[in-house]
Amino acid sequence: MKFIKDMLDKAAPEFAPEGRFSRFNALYTATRTFFLLPSESLTRAPFFRDHLELKRFMSFVILALIPVTLFGIYNTGLQAGLAQDTGQGFISNWVTGARIVLPIILVSYAVGFFWEILFATIRRHEITEGFLVTGLLFPLTLPATIPLWQVALGISFGIVIGKEVFGGTGRNLLNPALTARAFVFFSYPGSMSGNLVWIPSIKGLDTAVDAITSATPLAVSSDQGHITQLLADAGFTLSNLFIGTYPGSIGGTTALLCYAGGLFLIITRIANYRIILGGILGLSLTAILFQFWSDAPSTWMSAGPILHLISGGFALGICFMATEPVSAPGTDMGRWIYGLSIGSLTVVLRVVNPAYVEGVMLAILFMNIFAPLIDHLTLKYSISKRVPNA
Amino acid sequence: MQKLGYLWDTFSKGIFKENPVAYQVLGICSALAVTVQMKTAFVMGVALTSVTALSNLIISLLRKQIPSNIRIIVELVVIASLVIVTDQILKAFYYDISKQLSVFVGLIITNCIVLGRAEAFALANPPLPSLLDGIGNGLGYSLILILVAFFREFLGSGKIFGLAVIPQSLYDAGYSNMGLMVLAPGAFFVIGFLVWLKNCIPGISSEQEGPNQ
Repeated sequence: MKFIKDMLDKAAPEFAPEGRFSRFNALYTATRTFFLLPSESLTRAPFFRDHLELKRFMSFVILALIPVTLFGIYNTGLQAGLAQDTGQGFISNWVTGARIVLPIILVSYAVGFFWEILFATIRRHEITEGFLVTGLLFPLTLPATIPLWQVALGISFGIVIGKEVFGGTGRNLLNPALTARAFVFFSYPGSMSGNLVWIPSIKGLDTAVDAITSATPLAVSSDQGHITQLLADAGFTLSNLFIGTYPGSIGGTTALLCYAGGLFLIITRIANYRIILGGILGLSLTAILFQFWSDAPSTWMSAGPILHLISGGFALGICFMATEPVSAPGTDMGRWIYGLSIGSLTVVLRVVNPAYVEGVMLAILFMNIFAPLIDHLTLKYSISKRVPNA
Repeated sequence: MQKLGYLWDTFSKGIFKENPVAYQVLGICSALAVTVQMKTAFVMGVALTSVTALSNLIISLLRKQIPSNIRIIVELVVIASLVIVTDQILKAFYYDISKQLSVFVGLIITNCIVLGRAEAFALANPPLPSLLDGIGNGLGYSLILILVAFFREFLGSGKIFGLAVIPQSLYDAGYSNMGLMVLAPGAFFVIGFLVWLKNCIPGISSEQEGPNQ
């Protein structure tokens, strides 16, 4: 540590406003605060009781995401092995998974980091850690067979259009990771949806990317039978859906670890519990309502709340993306409304719109747009409740 | 000499600095609707340029006769007649393209650029500057339309003016067309990027260059 500090101190004058590399000050500050705590202390109010700055805020989210990522890597290897009857084993699953997933994460980080540095240098603002979360969340929402150049394009769009055009971290209207995913989803539907994209082929790994047919649970449907039975027939039992050992997007399958991560974020007060609880409540209520009215037992309309809660990307979305503080409303009442709406919109999109199998991405993006309006209305409501000071 | 400079300014303002789409944000609807292919965008640009130019000229010639309380009606009569003539010409000579443009040629009547220029410029200026202003704004609109259509057709379908330009070998290597560009939001993004680009170029930027900047 001493060595790093000495080296950074030595370089400091070069990056000071009158130094040679003053333009790259952002890069220097980012490197320095990565290793060392900032030495500046506050001289005037408001004082913090706890040193919770952006860096720690974001690193807690990363911490919560690590189990999800690791499971995603394992599951990718597991599914690839299962589908192809090749070597099955704990270690080999990890190795295969890592060979498929790590390049996606690396590309996402490398390209995203490039844009982040470019904008920080041109606009002379600091490189923020928000990107570390975006760069990890985005790959987790993708299928494992995604071509790497589409990952690069997607993260570029997410960082530039989702965040930097609005002024960088803290000013984005939309969640950048979801913006990136929406871009890839609408631009290259062939590599984001359907039955072909979820399981990568191991044999083809070194040559061309090819894929094996497999439906995700949300795409299961038939003319007869009950949805629970249909899912069980297709190999999706409740426990298996909950733990996440089924084909799907890299990080989206494991409801267990996503909710655990969400709980961790709630306990450390990084995420607001109102959004997550509101989302779960909204989803459950809407699912019950649909189940009650449903006349088609074989579709997801009659699936009921439990199945909706644990399948698809809802857990990942509500715990890690809806809770992003910048694009969510800032009032407590607003957060309830926001969470409830995301939950119920997700179900509506899943069961009513046949074009989109999964609705959580569009639900969150949609409510992101409405967040300022929700804030405005809840504030007005609170003000109208005040007793006039007469 | 000064006169010439003024005329040039009137003409070029509409193309760059006060571009109807990128600066005045008018005519966005048709910029989304007809820019999937360059061919339709080009024809639309020509149609709108001729309508704007002629309507500006005619209204400028009539400007002293038009009573101000019914001026919108008179302007609309002029514009509508011109649009119908344009539509008929397209139908007579370029039936295929007219089919593709469908209702959007007729909707030039409601395009804010035409009425906007008539109101803002032609009613208060002599015929020659009005004509130039009309042509300038029409060309500005066409420029944006063709640029947007270029990106949308190139990225969305791999073609330029209907000719495939992206070789099959690239598709075999894993490239695929960007579906977003064929959808209407694609046009929004491209227009946004063009406005951004425009405001980054000092000569034609419309951002204020005050002492604070």
